[in-house]
Amino acid sequence: MSITVRNVGKRFGSFVALDNINLEVETGSLTALLGPSGSGKSTLLRCIAGLETPDEGEILISGEDVTESAPQKRGVGFVFQHYAAFKHMTVAKNIAFGLEVRKRPQEEIDKRVEELLELVQLQGLAKRFPAQLSGGQRQRMGLARALAVDPEVLLLDEPFGALDARVRKELRAWLRRLHDGTHTTTVIVTHDQEEAMEVADQIVLMNKGRIEQIGGPRDLYEHPATEFVMTFVGEANRVGGNYVRPHDISLSLLPVDGSEEAMVERLVHLGFEVRVELVRHDGNALWVQMTRDEADQLELEPRQIVNVVARHSRTFG
Amino acid sequence: MLLPLAALVWRSTDRGGHNFWFAISNPQSIAALKLTLIVSAIVVLLNAVFGTIVAWVLVRDDFRGKSIVNALIDLPFALPTIVAGLTLLALYGPKSPVGIDIAFSRYGIAGALLFVTLPFVVRTVQPVLYELDTDMEEAAASLGASPPLIFRRVILPVLIPAILSGVAMSFARAIGEIGSVILISGNLPFKTQVSSVYITGLIESANTPGAAAVSVLLLAISFVTLLGIGGIRRYVTRHDA
Repeated sequence: MSITVRNVGKRFGSFVALDNINLEVETGSLTALLGPSGSGKSTLLRCIAGLETPDEGEILISGEDVTESAPQKRGVGFVFQHYAAFKHMTVAKNIAFGLEVRKRPQEEIDKRVEELLELVQLQGLAKRFPAQLSGGQRQRMGLARALAVDPEVLLLDEPFGALDARVRKELRAWLRRLHDGTHTTTVIVTHDQEEAMEVADQIVLMNKGRIEQIGGPRDLYEHPATEFVMTFVGEANRVGGNYVRPHDISLSLLPVDGSEEAMVERLVHLGFEVRVELVRHDGNALWVQMTRDEADQLELEPRQIVNVVARHSRTFG
Repeated sequence: MLLPLAALVWRSTDRGGHNFWFAISNPQSIAALKLTLIVSAIVVLLNAVFGTIVAWVLVRDDFRGKSIVNALIDLPFALPTIVAGLTLLALYGPKSPVGIDIAFSRYGIAGALLFVTLPFVVRTVQPVLYELDTDMEEAAASLGASPPLIFRRVILPVLIPAILSGVAMSFARAIGEIGSVILISGNLPFKTQVSSVYITGLIESANTPGAAAVSVLLLAISFVTLLGIGGIRRYVTRHDA
């Protein structure tokens, strides 16, 4: 079920949270709203869910104008950063909540809860209370609860933000597999570009209440439309008015065409990857990403003078 | 804390078990106790409902003068209860400026008890409401629950332990309250005489062991009620592992 956002604006007092947002989310896709905090990504998601009302513009779900509809009427499943678990209910009761509200027959509810517990790998924990679960388990319960009512769209607001790095990575991969199995139209809000690039088909990069660029993960990385996109998605060095990716810089001991000198300041070994931190003759810092083998061949040492040349660089008007 | 209680129990049996039994089982004493318990129970129920509403309004709504209303809630604690009694008698007595005369009636007793116990439920529920994230309500709404259903199934269960604490304190306070009821009740035996005032009467007529006996009974009832409510509280909060 598709989502259409047309000319949506939202203010909180004098703060402009959303400024003329236009967005199309295709049926069955997984879209990430990516941006720094305060960029408006969560507000946009909450507007789609009906938890906030836009000041202007309209929102359509499956072609139907829902701008004025209550959240109850939108057929969306919402997953919260801090789980929003019903603390006084067991895991099974949490998952069953939406179905009980819809007054489905008990047998059907039991069957569906059983299925969902399996889907989110919480079998055997049905009678536990949320306080007895780990963060990752709680969030999987939150997902099962949202999926129980077969929502037209699934909205996730920084769903893995409160989890530790390892669990976050696991759940991310798991969410992608889940989506590949169900094809529920999904929108996920995140401030983590790696997360967005790993799970999403389409990334909407937001900044200061506006959309900077919409595109696939590769598009954004390889064809950034603005300075902001260049620096937010992936790493970038600023050299004069140009931007260069750290892996787009060559280091050599002898000068080559167009190269300039820089001094190695520090070498950071990150296993396979080595980061070479340099200072240019004008005093500006620069860093280069290379493999361990490349670094070993050059026999780099701190305080050494090397020649750097950018293979690709970008300028934004 | 245990010492005065022990002294009270010891004093109550001064004239032997027979007299203890007589002190608490004579018709006037039983009538006073019945009235005390019934009125206190009603007052506590009203408090549970209205105290929760007041707390809700103070936390969730915004209006002018909110901080003043919030400060007013505690005044019944600050006012000497005998002054509260006098004020209530002037306001709701025979010369009532608002045309309500409930003096020397059971309504008068209930009114006085409501006044002095109102802060308990408000002050126990308020912090819990402040702490309550709107996340849960939003989750319930997106799952299709109507606002009344959200209140009943999501908010109320979280508030129940706090309401119970408030109820327990109000009840204990209500059955022992004297200052505010002594004037407005009129102290008519079998009609508007509550246990606390009855006890005062016994003391004034030099029947100290009798007074102590009735007091011991009141204390026992309070204690059992507090234990019972504590038990319910533990049961409804068993999920906070």
